[in-house]
Amino acid sequence: MESTYYNPADLAKFGNITDWQPEMGNKFFAYYAEVFKDGALTEREKALIALAVAHAVQCPYCIDAYTTDSLQKGADEAQMMEAVHVAAAIKGGAALVHSVQMMNKAKELSM
Amino acid sequence: MIKSLQARHAPLADTGYQLTVLTEAEAAGARLPAFGQKLRETGLLPLRPTALQTMQINVGRMCNQVCKHCHVDAGPDRKEIMTRETMQLCLDALARTDIAVVDLTGGAPEMNPDFRWLVEQISALGRRTIVRCNLTIIVANKKYHDLPEFFALHKVQVVSSLPHFSAGRTDAQRGEGVFEKSIRALKMLNAVGYGQPDSDLTLDLVYNPSGAFMPGSQAGLEREFKQRLGREFGIVFNSLLTITNLPVSRFLDYLLESGNYEKYMQQLVDAYNPTAAANVMCRSTLSIGWDGQLYDCDFNQQLDLLVSGPAPKHIRDFDEALLQDRTIVINQHCYGCTAGAGSSCGGTTA
Repeated sequence: MESTYYNPADLAKFGNITDWQPEMGNKFFAYYAEVFKDGALTEREKALIALAVAHAVQCPYCIDAYTTDSLQKGADEAQMMEAVHVAAAIKGGAALVHSVQMMNKAKELSM
Repeated sequence: MIKSLQARHAPLADTGYQLTVLTEAEAAGARLPAFGQKLRETGLLPLRPTALQTMQINVGRMCNQVCKHCHVDAGPDRKEIMTRETMQLCLDALARTDIAVVDLTGGAPEMNPDFRWLVEQISALGRRTIVRCNLTIIVANKKYHDLPEFFALHKVQVVSSLPHFSAGRTDAQRGEGVFEKSIRALKMLNAVGYGQPDSDLTLDLVYNPSGAFMPGSQAGLEREFKQRLGREFGIVFNSLLTITNLPVSRFLDYLLESGNYEKYMQQLVDAYNPTAAANVMCRSTLSIGWDGQLYDCDFNQQLDLLVSGPAPKHIRDFDEALLQDRTIVINQHCYGCTAGAGSSCGGTTA
């Protein structure tokens, strides 16, 4: 085991996940490649969504990969930061919207 | 405004030192396969010319901008420019060939006092001119304000760098205020018909990444650029050409200074594409330096890598047959043209 859980060099080894389960791994990567192709959304839009999700799931590999990818696809700093704010707003909103449950419960228990 | 590497007396101003950095992978802490080995594995070594299609003339290193990624190390402090006598030698050689396109580059080629004369002579020979215009030169001084009309008169194809549709990313690479001036210049070019739907005046934009990453899809970026420049500024253009930054001169300096050199080179090596390698522009181009010396491409020119073997080394001795028989000089920087979708002065190659 490494001395830290995350090693930047491991990002380049992502493909190795097919080693122990090639069929599922290959299907995953084929699907992955299909998802990120230009479609109803542009490649840049998809990179920005991936960047936002990377922050929401707090995956350092994904943040590394999709910061680079967003730049490559032509996004600028403002767009990238706005994407992260979208993730933050949803994560914050998800916490806050549960306060309705808290309020309901508190009202139920209170005079 | 930053100064050129030469004016700063930076070690990388020495092309020999650049080649040492590029070839001594161990010194940079990385082990990268030799470019020649990659070519051999894909059946392209020795790299030989195909039909000669383009004469690319670098008319000088003088420029009104000092871009951070410039492989020419151009700037206002560079004084090397081509004389009319050397231009005449280029024209004499051109007249003896079927080369259809003359690609004028620099520096800012328009700053050469004989630039307009050269374009007129190329037109008189019935050949097409491409000018690699940095845009800001058009608004830099009153004497350049009529360049759009001059270009239009000679049906010059204008190819202009604009690394991003946002001011921040453009100025980060090309200097403070460059974006705003570029937009003004693009509007002037549009006004005389460049890039307009029913016009025969071609305006292409060049995208090269403002950082240590490769360009994304040329078609995707073109769509984004057209939307954003159209919506926000009413600007139209024909094609967007994506160009990968090669680790030469100031971009090499940036890579080393920012600690991105090894990763960037590895990225290029990992993305080696044999189709792009087969279509590299050096196979169909002759590059001429400001002093008339001959090179396989503008990057080799900036690394002082002259054409090899018995091929003539100066335009005064131009001999197409001997040049076509040469072996193209390669080095580690060539990975930049063969990565991903490939890269050339005309954009992607694969």
